Amino acid sequence: MPAVIVSFIALLPIGYLLIRAADAGLGRIVDVLARERTVELVGRSLLLVGLVTTFSVVIGVGLAFMATRTDVPGRRVIATLAPLPLAIPSYVAAFAWISVVPEIAGLVGAVLVLTLCCYPYVYLPVFAALRRADPGLEEVARSLGRTPWQTFREVTLRQVRPAAAAGGLLVALYTLSDFGAVSILRYDVFTNVIYSAYRSSFDRSTAAVLSLLLVALTVAISVGESRVRRRDVARVGGGVARSADPVRLGPLRYPMTGAAGVVLALALAFPIVSLLYWFSTGLSAGLDTGRLGASVAATAWLSLLGAVACTVGAVPVGILAARHRGRFTTIVEQVTYAGHALPGIVVALALVFLGVRLVPWAYQEAPLLVLAYVVLFLPTAVGSVRSSVAQSSVRGEEVARSLGATPGDVLRRVTLPLAAPGISAGAAIVLLTCMKELPATLLLRPTGTDTLATSLWTQTGVGAYGAAAPYGLALVVLAVLPTIWLMRASAHDRGTT
Amino acid sequence: MNTLSIRDLDVTLGDLAVLRGVDLEVPSGSVTAVLGPSGCGKTTLLRAVAGFVRPDRGEIRVGDTVVSGAGHHLAPERRGIALVPQEGALFPHLSVGENVAFGLPRAQRRRTARVGEVLDLVGLRGFEDRRPAELSGGQQQRVALARALAPNPALVLLDEPFSALDAGLRESVRAQVREALERSATTALVVTHDQDEALSVADSVAILDDGRILMHASPQDVYRAPTGLGVARFVGQCVELPAEVTAGVARTALGDLAVEDPVAGGPADGGRGVVMLRPEQLRLLPLEGAAGTAGEVVGGEYFGHDALVRVRIGVGGGAPGESLEVQVRTLGEIPERGAVRVGVSGPARFYPVA
Repeated sequence: MPAVIVSFIALLPIGYLLIRAADAGLGRIVDVLARERTVELVGRSLLLVGLVTTFSVVIGVGLAFMATRTDVPGRRVIATLAPLPLAIPSYVAAFAWISVVPEIAGLVGAVLVLTLCCYPYVYLPVFAALRRADPGLEEVARSLGRTPWQTFREVTLRQVRPAAAAGGLLVALYTLSDFGAVSILRYDVFTNVIYSAYRSSFDRSTAAVLSLLLVALTVAISVGESRVRRRDVARVGGGVARSADPVRLGPLRYPMTGAAGVVLALALAFPIVSLLYWFSTGLSAGLDTGRLGASVAATAWLSLLGAVACTVGAVPVGILAARHRGRFTTIVEQVTYAGHALPGIVVALALVFLGVRLVPWAYQEAPLLVLAYVVLFLPTAVGSVRSSVAQSSVRGEEVARSLGATPGDVLRRVTLPLAAPGISAGAAIVLLTCMKELPATLLLRPTGTDTLATSLWTQTGVGAYGAAAPYGLALVVLAVLPTIWLMRASAHDRGTT
Repeated sequence: MNTLSIRDLDVTLGDLAVLRGVDLEVPSGSVTAVLGPSGCGKTTLLRAVAGFVRPDRGEIRVGDTVVSGAGHHLAPERRGIALVPQEGALFPHLSVGENVAFGLPRAQRRRTARVGEVLDLVGLRGFEDRRPAELSGGQQQRVALARALAPNPALVLLDEPFSALDAGLRESVRAQVREALERSATTALVVTHDQDEALSVADSVAILDDGRILMHASPQDVYRAPTGLGVARFVGQCVELPAEVTAGVARTALGDLAVEDPVAGGPADGGRGVVMLRPEQLRLLPLEGAAGTAGEVVGGEYFGHDALVRVRIGVGGGAPGESLEVQVRTLGEIPERGAVRVGVSGPARFYPVA
């Protein structure tokens, strides 16, 4: 029952958008859709998504392969640094770039910045898949006469394809829903056009119709990906995975390391150096510590609320999904995942409409923003609850039942204690994501409150780069700490089990 | 009294009839093994008794309590039937002591004498504060048994308890488990696909195949006097010889053999069929003697403690070309290829051809 309520909450915004668009009437919808500008907008969005996803997959798979399967010098350093760009919000990176190289505004800048921010979504799952993959398959291929290069193409790449496809989907969805970076880099796609349509007029049906079109695009991409993934077969047979012998690259090793170094320098070093430069420039003009402190406090408090709400909501859905497969469960789970395909700007807009109309007392107050976080990030929390519950064995739960524990006892004494590390890791990820969230926070934050993200946004908007830098730096620091903790935790997990 | 009685049990999973009319009785305080190939339904039987599978028909009783019967299904936690799954399934987040105390009433969980008592029973006193990950496979299995025994269950179910252990460890853990069950006078049901395990650990053995119980008897009877060729082949190696029976004597390629109490319903006289011997009933005899049947050693398998020697013998009064191979269990080495004589000791089993 709690699972049903939770998934209903996830459906709320999209339902409201539909009503809103229908109110405007069919003629108006067709009118908005048929505009030349709308068609152009679809083209620009898809072009950006295609380029960012392609480059991210190439970089992510390449770095993961270098870090796990080759003898390039410094591969441990590569493995440690490669996931870290995740901690840099795309709009912070965009700020770092445009404030130094204003010429990159437009498509080039958007592709560069989003690729450098997004490739870890491909790198991480592919890295894990390569670690897990049985090197026996590659050895068999070699023993049957394939060259190393053929083996890489026909066996290794095949094994990581599901992971790369899943990562690529995340990149595509992230790019489509990104709002901050494209706005700062002045490349018009759905999200920022929806935002300005909402801001510039009181006729909000244009924004609603464009939002629905954006949702349709994200759904189409998700469905396409799951079609592709269905064809891949799972691993056959058990056996403990050994680590593979590294591929010897010979003299190629140094250029490879160099390429990885360039990627990491652009993705990590450049933004940080740029932020530090503007920070020191801004310092001479005086640092508004009071406002910075208030922003840090607001960011921490609102993100914490979001993380707690998401985790509490995710536990029933995640357990249901892991333990009771069935048509009903699948529907509940998929409805919850619908939020995953919803860009932050769309959810924010829907909740603005809803808040003004139904619960005016909550509009621009914390509860509505927390609700937006729940809709947006519940899938992340559900995913980690589900996978950590699925890891604890059903046999253990049966033993507990046979020793006299009721189903409730089993949940309290066996399932939840075992899943606790995974659930708390999920909560940390949600916390991290809430801190970085921009569009929903921008539209729904409590009146008079500024988070780090919205402060940075406001200052960048007026070209006050020196004043913006402290907020960006604070965000990166706040985000890096839980990221490192998470990486430690997952490394520890691998060590003990 | 904690006798387990299963009457006419039917279980269907999906469209598949997994158990069909199973009757089984495990007397109070004894250990019964259910032996069968994988896919025969033995795990389903275990799960039905534990309460995780709902039978379509039939009754399961423990002592005087009906735990599963017509329209009545007691929840697993209310049956007092403890489970020892494959590989133990210890709770990784609890210490050994906390694992063992899991099934005790809340008030008794902290430091009770019972935990030490059952750990003592499985030979692991003093292990209370270890983590499951620090234990060897055999120790984990014994902790799992101690955990099951702690709340004094009416019945303990063991699912392939030794199959995850390596061969050297298996025998010692088996003996320890056997002793712990005996000393605690617990009624136990063990399911396994391993003949040695079933024959050595249980007071009685039930052979399950394709959802039906084919035979249920003492380990000796199951091995020496199987009720059918299927049972005979599953419980151990067989030497099968075509035979014709007259007046309790079977005429075979290895000479005339006395047939032990013919199978009920089968024609004891004048019938054609198959005689079954165990390889250890056959012996290699000196070539010079007159006893036994002439044959030729053609190969064998060496196991260390004994060996199986393949011997080809002539069939039908020495007509050339017609021959069959029999297996002879011997101590020591496999003899060189060449002529030998083969003798038979002990009674033979006769199965008429259907």
